[in-house]
Amino acid sequence: MAGIRHCPLLSVRPLRCLVDEKFEVVVQFLLPSQPVTLHALLQSEDGDFWEAFGHYKGDASGSVKVSEDVSLGGSYDGLEPMGLLWSMRPIPGSRKGLRFRNKDVFKPIEVHISVYEGHLTKWFKEKQALASVVAERWYSSPGVQRIDVREKGLKGTLFIPPGPGPFPAVLDLWGGGGGLVEYRSALLASHGYITLTLEYIGLKDASGTPQNVDNDYFEAAFSLLKQHPQVCPDRIAMMGLSFGVSVTLGMAAYSSEINPKCVVCVSGSHIMPVNGSLADVFKEIKKNVKNTRYDEERRIIWRDLLLPIPDDPSKKVEMGLIQCPILLIVGEDDQNWAAAESAEDMKKMMEQAGNSHLLTVLSYPHTGHLIEPPYCPHVRSSNFKLIEAKTTVVVVWGGQMVPHSKAQEDSWQKTLAFLEQHLYTHDTVASKSN
Amino acid sequence: MYFYRWHNIVNTFKIAKRTLSPAAGLRALLSVEPSRGLVDEKFQIVTLHCVHQSEDKDFWEAFGHYISDQHGTVTVAKDASVGGTYEGVESMGLMWSLQPVPGSRTGLRLRKKDVLLPMVFHISVYDGHVTQGFNLMTALVTRVIERWYMAPGVQRVSVEEKGIRGTMFIPPGPGPFPGILDMWGGGGGLVEYRAALLASHGFVALALEYLSTADYYGSELTVDYFEIAYEILQDHPMVQRDRMALLGLSFGTSVTLSMAAYSKIIRVSCEKSVNIMAVSVNHMLCYLSKILTTMFRNMHKIQMKNNQVIWREVILPIPEDPKLKVDVGQIKCPLLLITGGDDQNWATVESAEDIERIMEKAGNRHLLHTLTYPGAGHLIEPPYTPHHRASNFLVNGKEKVIMLWGGQTKPHADAQEDSWEKILAFLQQHLYFTAPQARL
Repeated sequence: MAGIRHCPLLSVRPLRCLVDEKFEVVVQFLLPSQPVTLHALLQSEDGDFWEAFGHYKGDASGSVKVSEDVSLGGSYDGLEPMGLLWSMRPIPGSRKGLRFRNKDVFKPIEVHISVYEGHLTKWFKEKQALASVVAERWYSSPGVQRIDVREKGLKGTLFIPPGPGPFPAVLDLWGGGGGLVEYRSALLASHGYITLTLEYIGLKDASGTPQNVDNDYFEAAFSLLKQHPQVCPDRIAMMGLSFGVSVTLGMAAYSSEINPKCVVCVSGSHIMPVNGSLADVFKEIKKNVKNTRYDEERRIIWRDLLLPIPDDPSKKVEMGLIQCPILLIVGEDDQNWAAAESAEDMKKMMEQAGNSHLLTVLSYPHTGHLIEPPYCPHVRSSNFKLIEAKTTVVVVWGGQMVPHSKAQEDSWQKTLAFLEQHLYTHDTVASKSN
Repeated sequence: MYFYRWHNIVNTFKIAKRTLSPAAGLRALLSVEPSRGLVDEKFQIVTLHCVHQSEDKDFWEAFGHYISDQHGTVTVAKDASVGGTYEGVESMGLMWSLQPVPGSRTGLRLRKKDVLLPMVFHISVYDGHVTQGFNLMTALVTRVIERWYMAPGVQRVSVEEKGIRGTMFIPPGPGPFPGILDMWGGGGGLVEYRAALLASHGFVALALEYLSTADYYGSELTVDYFEIAYEILQDHPMVQRDRMALLGLSFGTSVTLSMAAYSKIIRVSCEKSVNIMAVSVNHMLCYLSKILTTMFRNMHKIQMKNNQVIWREVILPIPEDPKLKVDVGQIKCPLLLITGGDDQNWATVESAEDIERIMEKAGNRHLLHTLTYPGAGHLIEPPYTPHHRASNFLVNGKEKVIMLWGGQTKPHADAQEDSWEKILAFLQQHLYFTAPQARL
């Protein structure tokens, strides 16, 4: 008969929450000072496995509390309550160049958290855990609605919080990777904003011909939000990442139709032909393709495509024209876009124009390009599909795992606070320009 | 135009929303516009309202009246409700003070049948202090919350073998886990939610059906039925056979106590009885129906008040004759007894006192832990579920009465919260302990 197998109690609280919420992992009934490994495993929608682990030592009472105890090694170390999530990486033997992204926002990410005896670094699948639980992490909270938007030539998705409204809204723009990315919008809706995410790169028309959208595409999107019966028309923000920032700043400065209450710009730049269209921007960038660099593994560094920051004002968005608060979030180790340098230049322009009181810059050292909602794995480089050339290359995004993960946590918190301040609270003191 | 903002309602209730453990409360922060008002502007008065539609399609609601602070903020965990279905600083009041909406059918009891799905609650804020007509008003803001009895990864398995009917819930992970045989009371049927919750806390729990609602006197139920159920649980590959417990409520306690005292098969590590019934139980060795016969001999002691049936006196006075009681002096495992001071259905407090006396005499008193909650009624359930002072009950499987369970809402809610915490701690203490150094 098998001997008494000792079974510690592993608990994770909460077991179901939004992806930007923290959890508490506790192990009890270990032997005193027992060395254990806490392990997190998930399987992405693409079928790849990602894992993280930390080495711990039970205290005298046989407990480990991840929020209070120190990891002695593993994929993260030190006192890191959320290290089991943000230090995840593809398991050994995985395909290369992966990036963790969720498509179905109504299915949770299922994270299997286990505790193993001893300090393990590999072969987790072959060992039997002492205990294991499943935690669900969601991009949407209960009651959030998802609506396909296919009108006025637009291709996007609208997310609506539960309740009668009215709600403030966010126009959410991703970057040059194209496609229709929904997870950040679903998360914003879970925080009380009607959010429209838009596909605007790599679109094809009815006959399958690639089409480049013009500025009126974004104006139509903004006006769709403005006219939505549940949206408060004077409380609409724009949020852009990477290329989406070029669009955001351009529209905020030049469009007479688009008057956001505030804008959030992540890892982007103001460098683009003044009042140009998307096609103009692409043309300009192509001119600098020779500035592409490669790292020691032939991965692409596109950082220099925008450098040096031009002095010629016709090549930059006139930051002085923007009349709403701007939150700029940049990573100083951004290897994809010269976002940090652009931020400095934007600040100078606004100081000269006299509207720098509208600007808040969050600049994070050792942080890369993909500054996303927190607790998802950081990747320094990944596969990138070139839409026109129809090939896949490997692009360096930059960033070191720990500072980048902390930057994601901090910037997301500040983003939510910024949106709330400008879209929910009534600023009796600030400008009533909108 | 006012904007109302609901912060962090999502991660607040801990059995709730999308989480599980029945611990602390609501971190909800409600921001109310304008946040910087003029000195002659009133603070905002609002009503927090919770509504739930049960599986039976009845609507249940609770509400609290609040006054925002000077920043326009209401923090349920810190601020007092000044009226409504609950008062005072009650972070979970919106849950435990739920009651059927006006116009509902009478005698309702809120119980979850399908544990694979969450209970869904709509929590809203209304302007002013509202007491009725919520469904005719437009809320200022609404959030939707899910509350689950099952953690992700818990398996639900129907058990129908060797004549036993039940449902087993198995936690995720390699196991093996301690096992708990979970027995409800005279209402009969197969009640799963507590077992599902126990599995979510790391125990394999078998909810046992032993009184079919359709067939009250049924096939003669013998002690074998429970021993077979116990063995099925114990033999399960995911169960640690030497770490077993029995949990019983109401009538289930009679089973628990007699099994613990008399069964040669059942050797539990600990047991827990909620609302015990100590009389006439040695008849359990023969037929369950005999207990009921004995009970019904005392039917003249049943009282009726306001159309509600009170069974409290039926077993009083507690008989002296030991032949009419389970010999709890033979129990060899730790025993946790939980009773409500206002139990109108069964003389549980008196029974607990008698059990203590018997165990004192027998010398096993050290095994006994009693929790008596003044103001709590008979149905001491997992926390944050509404209190039912009385509800519909089918006697003998056919006669519908309104049974008085007892208890006042607030003390009963507190009793549920405290007792569940203590139940889990008791189970963990006795079933989850570190094994001696012998490890493979």
